[in-house]
Amino acid sequence: MSTISLKSVRKSFGKTEVIHGIDVEVADGEFIVIVGPSGCGKSTVLRMVAGLETVTGGDIAIDGNRVNDLEPMERNIAMVFQNYALYPHMSVFDNMAYGLKIAGMPKAEIAERVQTAAKMLQLEEYLTRKPRQLSGGQRQRVAMGRAIVREPSAFLFDEPLSNLDAKLRVQMRLEIKQLQRSLGTTSLYVTHDQVEAMTLADRLIVMNAGVAEQIDTPMHVYEHPASIFVAGFIGSPSMNFLPAKIDTGRSTLSLESGANVSAEGLVLAAQSGREIIIGIRPEHLELASPDRADLTLHIAAVETLGADTLVHGSIAGAGVDGTKNASFAARLPGNARIAEGETLPLRIADGALHLFDRQSEKRIAEI
Amino acid sequence: MASKATSSLPRSVAAHAILISYTVLALFPVILIIFNSFKTRKAIFRSPLSLPDAESFSLIGYRTVLEQGDFFGYFQNSLIVTVVTLLLVLLFGAMAAFALSEYRFRGNTLMGLYLALGIMIPIRLGTVAILQIMVGAGLVNTLTALILVYTAQGLPLAIFILSEFMRSVSDDLKNAGRIDGLSEYTIFFRLVLPLVRPAMATVAVFTMIPIWNDLWFPLILAPAEETKTVTLGAQVFIGQFVTNWNAVLSALSLAILPILVLYVIFSRQLIRGITSGAVK
Repeated sequence: MSTISLKSVRKSFGKTEVIHGIDVEVADGEFIVIVGPSGCGKSTVLRMVAGLETVTGGDIAIDGNRVNDLEPMERNIAMVFQNYALYPHMSVFDNMAYGLKIAGMPKAEIAERVQTAAKMLQLEEYLTRKPRQLSGGQRQRVAMGRAIVREPSAFLFDEPLSNLDAKLRVQMRLEIKQLQRSLGTTSLYVTHDQVEAMTLADRLIVMNAGVAEQIDTPMHVYEHPASIFVAGFIGSPSMNFLPAKIDTGRSTLSLESGANVSAEGLVLAAQSGREIIIGIRPEHLELASPDRADLTLHIAAVETLGADTLVHGSIAGAGVDGTKNASFAARLPGNARIAEGETLPLRIADGALHLFDRQSEKRIAEI
Repeated sequence: MASKATSSLPRSVAAHAILISYTVLALFPVILIIFNSFKTRKAIFRSPLSLPDAESFSLIGYRTVLEQGDFFGYFQNSLIVTVVTLLLVLLFGAMAAFALSEYRFRGNTLMGLYLALGIMIPIRLGTVAILQIMVGAGLVNTLTALILVYTAQGLPLAIFILSEFMRSVSDDLKNAGRIDGLSEYTIFFRLVLPLVRPAMATVAVFTMIPIWNDLWFPLILAPAEETKTVTLGAQVFIGQFVTNWNAVLSALSLAILPILVLYVIFSRQLIRGITSGAVK
């Protein structure tokens, strides 16, 4: 059981700085997920905590002890890798036992620990097999078993489910969550999959280009994204953005298309006339009669998923990326009968608007 | 299920014809040596291409070889030089390759190029200097001299091939070892070496054969009777005026045997080594 603390942690390769100062305090037993697009530096952060990359600035502490200059083994952490990284020429038992053997633990205790872990992971009948004789899910379990037997201060997961097929991924996701709950071990988990991130995390770290854009609970990140990047990254299909301007009197926002959207209920800290970007999640749009509609969507494609219908299209007026017509998506109920080529009057659900500054792309706080 | 391309008869006939003719071409001299080593001197010259029959069969060559000179001693010398060199080349080559492929340090690429330079520059160009060094070190007419020279000769190719293979060993695997508390030596010997075993076999074969067959360095550095290698020993029978062909051919036939055994040991690994990059 332990805490992990990162204080303005930086990393440079040569002259290029890739991590620009990350601060986070991980509480005992907490499950933290670091999520971001590939190349955002999330794996680098994890590898610095593991001791596989040197830290070029700031401090990392595990259980209050500064570990910057400690070898990976001395940090008492265990890591699960994306491609499992099992020792291919050793049996499942030896894979789990090897670290303990190196540490000089008595044989009886090693056997007991491995048995306990194998039972927990339903690997008992595979202990004598070689990794190549196992399926992907079983290999991943062995990798987790290798982490569990060491009874470490913290688990580090580096995209552990990326190599599994979709169905297995859902199942293993639940298993990891349950395992972490029952063991109560502090965990850092890196993924690019936002569903994994949302479902597993006690708190999320959303990273972009070496910066932690937001650190918060999954629901808070979803409901109050701190920046346009976070808003667009979390949620699927991603949030729609439209350029807008705050009208005099501050009760409406005018869009590029000429339409006005009610800002009632939003107490705007920003002054009138200010240019902003509004964000609307696809699931916060509903069908409306033309006279009550906030927006009119020109449908380009319809995806029927059964429970939901995803509608993709465009809205008149320039988009935030400079396109002539802003692309737009809506998530409607599965029973909505919609054909391609139509126009669709849509209403924005109450309180579903997100406002961002057009220059800094940061959220405009509601007061 | 065979694909259309591989099951077509003309194609497979053509492929086999090419392969068989190459095999015949490559094996012909070897077979010729072995057959003629069992024939009388007259028969060798009268009909060099015929098989030994009741009339022409003779073991005179082998008898001469075993009676004259210390051929078991020569074999022993060759084996010691080859095996010890092989061990040294594999050990140091693998270690250097691991360092080059695993660690980021200043001048890594330059060091790699420097170590691979020996592939392009033949070590024989330095024969005079090598002889001077060996004379200075008092190593002339010792097997140590040969082992040192051959190790230097074998290392560049070994490092070149092995570092490529070691790069393909997953980083995560080595990192998993580090987190498990394995020392760098344990990672090298217990994790990486078993995984590059096919490459090691490839290197072993490419290192071993030129050493076994070499005449140049044994002749220059260790021509004394007690340090003669097999190839040098066989030269006894080649004279300026008279050459004992029976004995030469018999000696060469015998010299094939040990290297054949070593090759068979490595060959199963070798096939895997050659194809492992292409077939996943």
